[in-house]
Amino acid sequence: MEETMKAKVTVSPRRGVRDPQGRAVLGSLHALGFPEVVDVRVGRFIELIIEPKGEGGPDEVEARRRQEQRLDEMCRRLLANTLIEDYRFETEP
Amino acid sequence: MRIAVVVFPGSNCDHDAYHAFKHVLGVETVFVWHKEADLRGADAVVLPGGFSYGDYLRAGAIASRSPVMDEVSRFAGKGGPVIGICNGFQILCEAGLLPGALMRNRGLRFICRDVFLRCETSGTAFTSRLSNGDVIRLHVAHGEGNYFATPETIVRLEAEQRIVFRYCDPTGRLDPEWNFNGSLEAIAGVLNEGRNVLGMMPHPERMAEAILGGTDGIAVLGSLLDYLESLPLKGGKRGEVAREAAGAAQKGAEGTKGASGREAGGRCKAV
Repeated sequence: MEETMKAKVTVSPRRGVRDPQGRAVLGSLHALGFPEVVDVRVGRFIELIIEPKGEGGPDEVEARRRQEQRLDEMCRRLLANTLIEDYRFETEP
Repeated sequence: MRIAVVVFPGSNCDHDAYHAFKHVLGVETVFVWHKEADLRGADAVVLPGGFSYGDYLRAGAIASRSPVMDEVSRFAGKGGPVIGICNGFQILCEAGLLPGALMRNRGLRFICRDVFLRCETSGTAFTSRLSNGDVIRLHVAHGEGNYFATPETIVRLEAEQRIVFRYCDPTGRLDPEWNFNGSLEAIAGVLNEGRNVLGMMPHPERMAEAILGGTDGIAVLGSLLDYLESLPLKGGKRGEVAREAAGAAQKGAEGTKGASGREAGGRCKAV
């Protein structure tokens, strides 16, 4: 419980939002002879090392729920611009 | 009258803005470091261009969470005029003070050149010296100026006449070729709901002197000064009055759902 935890956040352009980087990479892959690629979206990968706060108490499920809530808040408030980007995250011990 | 230019780590047009206001237009101008939580009694705030925090994460994202931005939000909320230029526009969008986002340019390139803008909404605190349809030539230098907003937002901006500038050809005609960064609806500058916050990608402060290539930028910066001048001077404290007047106008505009805009403000006629 007291060890650090790793959170992996993936941010990608929302569907329907133009992604000129993705288009450029797609064009380049085609030029290299990979015509099977039909679409590319270029996003961002962020790794967070998180120190669990001791206050969680013995209820591990509740502590985890809180941590995910806080991660979600980090994504919404800074890591992603939800107008143009989607995000998802996973945690590992 | 006092203009505050906010300086973030990585701002690089802060001195240009300072020079244009202080030396070209002759107005008292002060720098405010982004860690300060005090706008030093300013009557208007400039968020200058540059690459705040190296554009890390997203352009303007980290600067928009700087301590000074709480104060800028409060100032804007009271009706104080704020202009964000280039990176300043990106910061205002990231801070939620303006709608939309600025994405990577259509062609992925950083573009540094002169462009033409058509004034779409005259008579605002930033465009009183222009008429609708006037064409001005300003400079741009950005990699992320491709304006994006949801279709509903675009409809609303249009209906409320909050699109202030569009990219156009030298004659004022809209042409995809001249919308060099691929902005939706060729949008180069927008206002907030209260009409006291303007964000624009082109740089009026870089076109403030003939020796530097042109003076069209004065139309924008000078309009702001005219607006500040026009506010009633009560008890010698113009700044407070500015904020009250604009705040009242904002309330009025909300009451009429933006139909008659901010006539209460006295100055802005074409809302």
